[in-house]
Amino acid sequence: MTAAWTIEAARARRGQALVLDGASLEVAPGEVLGVVGPNGAGKTSLLRAGLGLMPLEAGRALLAGRPVAGLNPVERARRVGYLPQERRLAWNLPAVDVVALGAPDLPLAEAVAIARERLGRVGIADLAERGVLDMSGGERARVLLARLLATRAPLLVADEPVAGLDPDAQLLTLDLLRAQAQAGTAVVVTLHDLGLAARACDRVLVLDHGRVAACGTPIEALSPAVLAAVFKLDGALVETPAGLVVAAKRRSPTPS
Amino acid sequence: MSVKRLELLLLLALLAIAAVAVSLGESPLSVNQYHQALTDPGSPPGEVLWTIRLPRVAMAALIGAGLGLAGAAMQGLLRNPLAEPGVLGVSATAGLGASLAIAGGLAALPGAVEACALAGALLAGAVVVGLAARFREPEVLILFGVALSAFAGALTALVFNLSPSPVAVAEVLAWLMGSVENRDLTDIARALPPMVVGAGLCAYSAKGLRMLTLGEEAAQMSGLPMARLRVAAVAGSALLAGAAVAAAGVIGFVGLAAPHLVRAAARDDPGRILRPAALAGALLLVAADLAARVIPTEQELKLGVVTALFGAPVFALLAWRAARSWRS
Repeated sequence: MTAAWTIEAARARRGQALVLDGASLEVAPGEVLGVVGPNGAGKTSLLRAGLGLMPLEAGRALLAGRPVAGLNPVERARRVGYLPQERRLAWNLPAVDVVALGAPDLPLAEAVAIARERLGRVGIADLAERGVLDMSGGERARVLLARLLATRAPLLVADEPVAGLDPDAQLLTLDLLRAQAQAGTAVVVTLHDLGLAARACDRVLVLDHGRVAACGTPIEALSPAVLAAVFKLDGALVETPAGLVVAAKRRSPTPS
Repeated sequence: MSVKRLELLLLLALLAIAAVAVSLGESPLSVNQYHQALTDPGSPPGEVLWTIRLPRVAMAALIGAGLGLAGAAMQGLLRNPLAEPGVLGVSATAGLGASLAIAGGLAALPGAVEACALAGALLAGAVVVGLAARFREPEVLILFGVALSAFAGALTALVFNLSPSPVAVAEVLAWLMGSVENRDLTDIARALPPMVVGAGLCAYSAKGLRMLTLGEEAAQMSGLPMARLRVAAVAGSALLAGAAVAAAGVIGFVGLAAPHLVRAAARDDPGRILRPAALAGALLLVAADLAARVIPTEQELKLGVVTALFGAPVFALLAWRAARSWRS
């Protein structure tokens, strides 16, 4: 089966700084891939470079087998929906109008119908007419998640979709993305919470200094050795009745 | 209120105030003379109504609509409620073009000042369109616009500085203050083509402006041809603002205030706001020109002076109310 998204040996710079140094990624339809790593590891850069939002110095990115660089905007949007980390909205549009922006390819009435359905899925159907700037941060995050779901793309890429959300909203967000994956969508999320990544993702990719430090099932990728080397944590993933959790403490600084 | 209803309301208000503006003037007409003007357009009262007052009102409406539309498009593109047509530097360069033409003694040539102003606007417009195609960040356009405005302003001041004739300086100043006095149908015909093209480009960019609500990156991934839509918005606004300055001098505040008057009714939608903002701009400028004519002063007030004089306090009031709603 063709991978929904492939990034091969990506090298990229932001200004002078090398932010990606040979990182690769592959995600198949029906799979949830979590991208984790310390701040500055290159998670956002990997997504952006793989989507054609940032130039690649070396390596290549393919969406459903086609080079991203050769896709026109419509072809690209048909293959991928993207939720950027930046959640600032410029205007106080009603939530339903913002969600409908996920489906600019459809006639307005159909886009609005989809928008209302997606708002229902994220649990805020009653806020459809509320201005997005009059909402709490959590409500706005749900609106933007609904906008992502409204794209109906076979690959959904979400950069820190749970940042700043309460635990319930975090789990709801990942449950919704998992449900999309069960319906055949490929999902890529960047996350900071390793426990959440271990529980919600089929595979986890650990980035460190623009390189892939580990990639595999959560147990494989978040091994004690990786936790120690990349995250400076002493500990391990532990199976509990509620799923996997990370039991770890900060490594004591080595005496110099 | 729906956008459609708002547009209808604005259109009716515009027609009403235009009718008042056409019927009021420096030389009052009797009922009989109005009758004569309506039945015989060639009669002296007919001349007053149809060749003096009507073109003036039509010009005010046209310029106001152009500025309102350009302002709304700029606010949408730059995702900033404080943007206005002048922010790109187009108005300042148009002013510079006109100043050079007047100081160079071209004022006597019909259409020369307007042509030079439009040339200045197009030159600046080409620069900002090039920048818009190259840089996605709205801040870049704003910063270059500020630089361009400052530079054109300095060159205009230099024209004053070096001009040997105080008469030319007075003329340039009077022109820069903005006016739609003594306009005829030829002036309107001259202003119309660039404004129609500009309006078309802005209308084309509407869906891109709406998508930009989500931010640059989400818009870029949305499937819309954002690069083309962004260039269309900049080129359209530059044409509208440039043609407006070329036809009537520098008129502030309409482009800034008109979108705000209709923002709530358009549900803050930067695409849907364009048409009502154009209508509101037309309404504002016809009303301002009417005020400039009927306020009894020794010399007739300049239109740009009136819009700033009334516009600034009203705008401050709007800002005050908006700030209070942000705080709550």
